[in-house]
Amino acid sequence: MKNEKFRHMSLGEKIFTIVDYVLLILLVIVIAYPLIYIVSASFSSPQAVISGKVLLLPVDVTLKGYRAVFQNPKIMTGFRNSFLYTIVGTLINLVMTVLCAYPLSRKEFTARNRITSYFVFTMYFSGGLVPTYILVRNLHMVNTVWAMLIPTAMSSYNMIICRTYMVNSIPDELYEACEIDGGSPWEYLVKVVVPLCKPILAVMVLYYGVSHWNDYYNAMIFLKNEMLQPLTIVMREILIQNQVDFTMLRDAKAASEMQGLAQLLKYSTIVVASVPVLAIYPFVQKYFVEGVMIGAVKG
Amino acid sequence: MAKQAKAGQQKKKRHGKYDWQFWAIIALPLLYAFIFAYIPMGGILMAFKDYSIRKGILGSPWVGLKYFRQFLTSTSSVTVIRNTLILGVYSLVVNFPLPILLAVLVNELYHQKFKKFVQFISYAPYFISTVVLVGMMMQMMDLRTGVINRIIVMLGGTAVNFFGDPGIFRSLYVWSGLWQTIGYSSIIYIAALSGVSMELKEAAVVDGASRLQRIIHVDLPSILPTITIMLIFACGGIVSIGFDKVFLMQNSMNAGVSEVISTFVYKVGLVNSDFGFSTAAGLFQSLVSFALLLLVNWIAKKVTETSLW
Repeated sequence: MKNEKFRHMSLGEKIFTIVDYVLLILLVIVIAYPLIYIVSASFSSPQAVISGKVLLLPVDVTLKGYRAVFQNPKIMTGFRNSFLYTIVGTLINLVMTVLCAYPLSRKEFTARNRITSYFVFTMYFSGGLVPTYILVRNLHMVNTVWAMLIPTAMSSYNMIICRTYMVNSIPDELYEACEIDGGSPWEYLVKVVVPLCKPILAVMVLYYGVSHWNDYYNAMIFLKNEMLQPLTIVMREILIQNQVDFTMLRDAKAASEMQGLAQLLKYSTIVVASVPVLAIYPFVQKYFVEGVMIGAVKG
Repeated sequence: MAKQAKAGQQKKKRHGKYDWQFWAIIALPLLYAFIFAYIPMGGILMAFKDYSIRKGILGSPWVGLKYFRQFLTSTSSVTVIRNTLILGVYSLVVNFPLPILLAVLVNELYHQKFKKFVQFISYAPYFISTVVLVGMMMQMMDLRTGVINRIIVMLGGTAVNFFGDPGIFRSLYVWSGLWQTIGYSSIIYIAALSGVSMELKEAAVVDGASRLQRIIHVDLPSILPTITIMLIFACGGIVSIGFDKVFLMQNSMNAGVSEVISTFVYKVGLVNSDFGFSTAAGLFQSLVSFALLLLVNWIAKKVTETSLW
């Protein structure tokens, strides 16, 4: 049927269709190639990587790179810390966001508009780096786990998205029914709002989770203690400052093999760091498109 | 009259009945925003003071606009402002229109499966962290072992020192940004395009409009409000180049073009501990962004009748 449609097009339309498909296929290649290459390189032998034999698919498949990653105590500590910050941080975010979005979504709350402005203002204006740093230092949070959890406890932007969802998709009659039954706003939140907000909460988990997992800035500013540093900071040392601890690469004997293995370690680290996020992405894709839409409506 | 007033009062009373519960629920977020957003805003006073830790922000002596004058006149910071503007405008010129083009191309596809596939692939890089992105670039663009240089050499070219050449820094920054965000940024336009009235489209077909003409005269005007809103935000962002990516891409060779306000604020403030100067530079950046946002919003209101407020 599709071909049928194509055959009936005028010449101009045919050219248009062909150009459209060619451009998008090129785009898919340009976007996908680096991702495929990194994964292939991480599974190839050190020699193949360093001599440039890997172009698209893995050459001489080996798990040496991954072994080096999992034997590296620094990467493993970073991994553990990133998991901790992501899970606990996202939980805090969810609680704070719902506690804030719900009262602002109810017209019964008399101070609703003033308080909304109070939060919206923080989206456009902030104190900046130094005042924030001094505040966190005065709260004695620098170099503690709290610095990674408390200053980022809520994003006003995400809260507004959540509020908009609550306003638009939960029918007002439910609130009235709950009130007639003698339910308080608190009961309504727990029994009705939270269960009905699952789709937007999935979007929130994705947004907050990714921002914690990928956070680099807060960790760099607030954490000096190596035992607390997340994976992003460890990756900066390895990938960007090129500080690979060669004594960790026990598998390698000759110097050239060490160089190759160091390269392999970098590719494997990239994959290991990106897999948790990319693995959940396909499952939440439809929710996250929804989140972009709600965010855009309210801008 | 009296009856109405009474009813109004009753309604008001009913509205306020549970106010205290709402206040109790929102208390924690209110406190959080007060401490972590509003108190640092007060810290902006540091930009006008000769801050010393011993005396605190309020006790330190005033210096007026000294730091602003210093920021706007010293040669190093003028370079920083210039770098920020060039990078911001270059980013806008590339990263603003191309997602719209992508959305139009995707919208014109017939095969639903291919459409879904293009969207799936093009959104993925958005989730990669900046550290990984810069790390990937450094690995793949390495002068000797990088695969991109291998391909360039294979095709008969000469290897390019991507990270060592200050002339390439800006393009590297902007186009890698496009790679990462083109799909994500196109989502909103794809959604807007799917809402374009079918009647208008069919009317255009009846009038004999070609597909290109339909895109130009039906699709694009229909999504113009969305485009305008996104443009207002994008223009507001010209001076607020994010810290992470620039900082990670910086090295001694590209420092002359890669120092921007946000990295400058970090180095002056947290590395050199020159708090007043750093706060002044940061404040300058937020004020200029906000002014730009207002300006573009005002222009948009005049020209297209679409605006944020």
